[in-house]
Amino acid sequence: MTEPLVWQGLMGGVLIGLAAALMLLGTGRIAGVSGLAARATGLSDSGAPRSLAVAFIVGLPMGALLVALAGQDVVARFPMGTTTLLISGLLVGIGTRLGSGCTSGHGVCGLSRLSKRSIVATVTFMASGVVSVAIANAWGFAW
Amino acid sequence: MVNRTLIGLLSGALFGAGLAISGMLDPVRVRGFLDVLGRWDPTLAFVMGGALLPMAGAWWLQRRLPAPLADQRFHLPHTNPITPSLVSGAAIFGIGWGLGGLCPGPALAVLALQPLDVWPFVVAMLAGFVVAPRLQARGRT
Repeated sequence: MTEPLVWQGLMGGVLIGLAAALMLLGTGRIAGVSGLAARATGLSDSGAPRSLAVAFIVGLPMGALLVALAGQDVVARFPMGTTTLLISGLLVGIGTRLGSGCTSGHGVCGLSRLSKRSIVATVTFMASGVVSVAIANAWGFAW
Repeated sequence: MVNRTLIGLLSGALFGAGLAISGMLDPVRVRGFLDVLGRWDPTLAFVMGGALLPMAGAWWLQRRLPAPLADQRFHLPHTNPITPSLVSGAAIFGIGWGLGGLCPGPALAVLALQPLDVWPFVVAMLAGFVVAPRLQARGRT
């Protein structure tokens, strides 16, 4: 069974917060992954300069890789199957663009700024996430 | 002036490292956080709490700085108003997040470790980026 990671969660969270702080105080931009990813791939015309977005999006997997190379056991289980991945990816792509952000932009950056838009967005996606998991479980799609 | 692109790369790497250390690259764990009626896993709450602390400090500093290190000014999104697009988008995102246990950050970060597992999600997410503005344009007319 999976035990909660209290200290690793807190430490990793602080690193994420420092990353977002560096982005804000260094470049004046929000470290919002969905917006930066859309910008980096050329699927959005507004937002951060392209070079900055590309640099952040390239750095993201590099950081994860470095942690794994440093010897930490990085677990990522994918028991859900390709169809679920495709449907959920499409919904995440559409939803984060319509809603102008995801867990990083609205969650980490917006909540700490006490932004009304981000508070409403975060409460909404947390609630719909909880409902979506509960319904999936009830229909026998637990994993 | 400090190089803006280098800061972006460093910030992205720190972010990815934080996700890896905190266990947030694991869709089963993230889904567990949303499974409040089942086997709830509170790890994501610790991650969010840990991330909010330095960011609250950063916003405090931001209000007292005339400009960031590597730009002439801050480029910040509006904090108001609440629009139908914001709420419906967040609701749609949440459904996808619950279904797959993945949001954009972890999905892109895990590309470096398990690309064969995560690629369908990433491709579909990019397709969603393409579709979203068209849906929004249709909603306005």
